[in-house]
Amino acid sequence: MWVRYAPRLMNAILTHFYFVIVSVSIGSILAVILAIALSRFKKAAKYLMPILGIFQTIPGIVFIGVLFIYIGMRPETVIIALSVYAILPVLKNAYTGIVTVDPALIEAGRGIGMNPWILLWRVELPMALNSIITGIRMSTIYTVSWAVLAAMIGQGGLGEFIYIGINSNMKQFIVMGSIPAALMAIGLGYLIDKVQVKLTPRGLRRN
Amino acid sequence: MKLEHVTQHIYLVLMAALFTIVFGLIFGIIAYLFPKVRKYVIFVFDLFQTIPTLATLGLLMVAFGASPTTVIVGLTLYNLLPVVRNTMVGLMEVAPAIKEAAEGMGMPKMTKLFKVELPLAFPLIFAGMRISLVNSIGSAVMGFFVGGGGLGYVLYRGIRTMNFTFILQGTLTLMAMAIVVDAVMSYYENKLLPKNQRGA
Repeated sequence: MWVRYAPRLMNAILTHFYFVIVSVSIGSILAVILAIALSRFKKAAKYLMPILGIFQTIPGIVFIGVLFIYIGMRPETVIIALSVYAILPVLKNAYTGIVTVDPALIEAGRGIGMNPWILLWRVELPMALNSIITGIRMSTIYTVSWAVLAAMIGQGGLGEFIYIGINSNMKQFIVMGSIPAALMAIGLGYLIDKVQVKLTPRGLRRN
Repeated sequence: MKLEHVTQHIYLVLMAALFTIVFGLIFGIIAYLFPKVRKYVIFVFDLFQTIPTLATLGLLMVAFGASPTTVIVGLTLYNLLPVVRNTMVGLMEVAPAIKEAAEGMGMPKMTKLFKVELPLAFPLIFAGMRISLVNSIGSAVMGFFVGGGGLGYVLYRGIRTMNFTFILQGTLTLMAMAIVVDAVMSYYENKLLPKNQRGA
């Protein structure tokens, strides 16, 4: 059975991977931009963050389902939904990271003549990078989970195997879908950890 | 038709929460008392949270069949990490001076644990429980696929039959539950902190 379904499984794994990578990328970029904006308007942030948090409690199923009704059965539906969900973990961490940069460092930067843009690029973002990557890590792991739901609107991915397995009571299918999904989440998390260690300036590494 | 799903959902979440709290505390305390196993304990529970919920539930279903029990086990495993980690960290962050004072008074280790360290670590532990609980409300949605019922059923039916009312009802209920639980627990969490640390 494994041999017969191997190509389809491979396809599902790649589709799943594609959804995750694209959505997390879009979500992260948007999140960092938003975080930078919010860090300049801290008062707005106090209201916006809880609202976004509430947004996150809407299960992925719902968002995908609603979009599906309006946009139809296309890959874009999944990507849009997943990207939106990928934003929040990164946004929270990026915002916290930027806002908690040591004020002394910012003053030092201003002291040597940095304008706000350079300050951002050379001081705040590098210091916040650690938090941002942690956020991306969380986002990626959640997105692997949510992408499973993509199969619900027929867009493929590992959810396909899990759903078919559950609905037709074929245990092998469930396993064939679950294990790659689990491995993908663990694998991506591990990779991001490695990247994080590499990107942290040697002086800040705590290990 | 709808109320029964809400109660089912609440039942699943509460049962999972119960086990999460009990086992979370146990493992957190173990991790704190035995530094050597800390890395492994955290690693294992991090693993459970990394594996997609549906995958865990699916695998559990293969092993144990489809029933509410399976869902409760899955939910518990998935949400143990916040409680375990916060318990461990909370205990670790109790001021060393206080721990020394307790030892100096002649307290045996267990007494010190229960009468001094745990009460002081409680705010952080409570925060972990809050995160766990709110997450379970959302994760329990997937429970229905594995025979647990709950609001996931309402949502799934709604999407399948393009019944917007269902979707809206289900979503709003879930959001309401999450917001209420989060707000209530945040309020108490704030009360647990000493007066000079209270914030939001």
